Amino acid sequence: MSYETINVDINQYYETVENFKKEGYEMMVDLTAVDWYRKREPRFQVVVNLLSVSKNLRVILNVSVPDESLKIPSICEIYPGANFFEREVFDMFGIEFENHPELTRILMPDDWTGNPLRKDYGSGRIPVQFKNAPKVD
Amino acid sequence: MDDKSKIKEDLDFWATNSEESGWNISSTDEGSQKMLEEEDEKQIKIQTGSDVVDDYVYNEESTDDERMIVNMGPQHPSTHGVLRLQVELEGEVVRRVKPVIGYLHTGMEKTGEELAYFQGPTNTTRMDYLSPLFNELVFSLTTEKLLGIEVPERAKAIRILMTELNRISSHLVALATGGMDIGALSMMIFGFRERELILNFFEKTTGLRMNHNYIRPGGVAADLPDNWQKDVKEILKVIPEKLKDYDEMLLDNPIWQGRLKNVGILTTEECLAYGITGPSLRASGFSWDLRKTQPYSGIENYEFEVPLLTDSDVFSRWRIKVLEIFESLKIVEQVMNTIPKGAYRIQDKKVTPPPRKRLDESMEALIHHFKIYTEGFKVPPGEAYVAVESPRGELGCYIVSDGSSKPYRMHVRGPSFCNLQALPVIMADSPIADAVAAIASLDPVIGDVDR
Repeated sequence: MSYETINVDINQYYETVENFKKEGYEMMVDLTAVDWYRKREPRFQVVVNLLSVSKNLRVILNVSVPDESLKIPSICEIYPGANFFEREVFDMFGIEFENHPELTRILMPDDWTGNPLRKDYGSGRIPVQFKNAPKVD
Repeated sequence: MDDKSKIKEDLDFWATNSEESGWNISSTDEGSQKMLEEEDEKQIKIQTGSDVVDDYVYNEESTDDERMIVNMGPQHPSTHGVLRLQVELEGEVVRRVKPVIGYLHTGMEKTGEELAYFQGPTNTTRMDYLSPLFNELVFSLTTEKLLGIEVPERAKAIRILMTELNRISSHLVALATGGMDIGALSMMIFGFRERELILNFFEKTTGLRMNHNYIRPGGVAADLPDNWQKDVKEILKVIPEKLKDYDEMLLDNPIWQGRLKNVGILTTEECLAYGITGPSLRASGFSWDLRKTQPYSGIENYEFEVPLLTDSDVFSRWRIKVLEIFESLKIVEQVMNTIPKGAYRIQDKKVTPPPRKRLDESMEALIHHFKIYTEGFKVPPGEAYVAVESPRGELGCYIVSDGSSKPYRMHVRGPSFCNLQALPVIMADSPIADAVAAIASLDPVIGDVDR
């Protein structure tokens, strides 16, 4: 199954998604992000996957998020199903979605620091202190 | 260079997987945090889970004294794993629901970035543990799309055979646990009993009952065992008989109907808005099956129908799973009769490791073997998204490659993750007794939700 990939400027992002919804893309299937740390500028790219079940078409939108603000409009009002996906991206990449109804961490604990799927976040380096265990330094 | 900084550098390489030095020394510590730094009694209680911080706020409009918040899960038998729901009750009626997930989060997408492509299925197979073969299939298909290769016909047929059998076993678990939640305990025993037949066949073929790592980029790990037709014939004979038994037991059962009919309505509009696919969408009267509309792995060559029901309640979501088992059996039978002979892996030396025998004879084979198992095969840069129809809906895999032997970014679109968003819609303004029926009808697998 082939699909179209379109690069969208962040200023037109909300309108583009709205237009796609009007054109008959009923479903937002997937929303994720890619961290191009030290490979590309700007660093973060949000990838939105829209599906038209009436026309059997798929389109993937690539949006670059500006480094300074790390903010992007939320599309929850257009597609309510984007809620969890945007929360996941916020949790994993630290990208803020403006006007999101409830932008909190979804997979990681609420008091977690850092964004695990960023490329500068090493894996497996969390010192664990067990309860009542003698402190080792 | 003294020993201490050498160790630090090694650790940095291990953590970031990059030889570029200097810049990552401080940044890799970003995520590390000291757990229980302030070891006071309250903090320990919160972290060990004996004290729950309730961050749920009452709806401001509610003035009723009857309103209360009930916490359901994460350790609750009918939440199918570690799903936690904060339920706002008004008397016996559920007013609002907030699903809280993440209790099974193990960072599989991060892990996927550190495993080579040939190791990838080992990781993805553990996501949706009831339909592991679909996860392997979607990862392999995406990798093959990036590589631009096509697997042999026999490999395609084996993939369809195994995944459709997997669909049957997954639906049988859904029927079984769904029955258990509603109180039909015999259904639970029956469902797991019939699933055993299929798992035995999987064990014979792949070596394991779950987490198979059987479907890999470039084909499948091994050919089907000798006399596999005998086992499949047994499955084709037994399962329809048993399904008839289930129908006799449940279909006209007044208690079953009373508990399920007109309960947990999820309309087509809601499904489309929330991105819900799979049996839930088809039970609401919308015919959408990726096997028909966007076929993969040669499934368009087999004849089957997409069952469709229009009541959009829990009963039709239960019924459609039974009907889909019949359709999957049809596909399995056709694959069994028409499976072509030939190779079960692609004959591409760069992707498929050579057979063990060749290593003693050929230097070339030894080099390929060594290269594939140490470095892994390289995948050209690009990005690809492939979706398959898993038992729960659209299962997609999005891989970004930067030309190395590991995915730069691997994202799996889990159907359960998306379908879970419908829970508040289904459960709102319905009695608390219907809550478990609604959860069971969505059939969420928490391994797929949290990844």
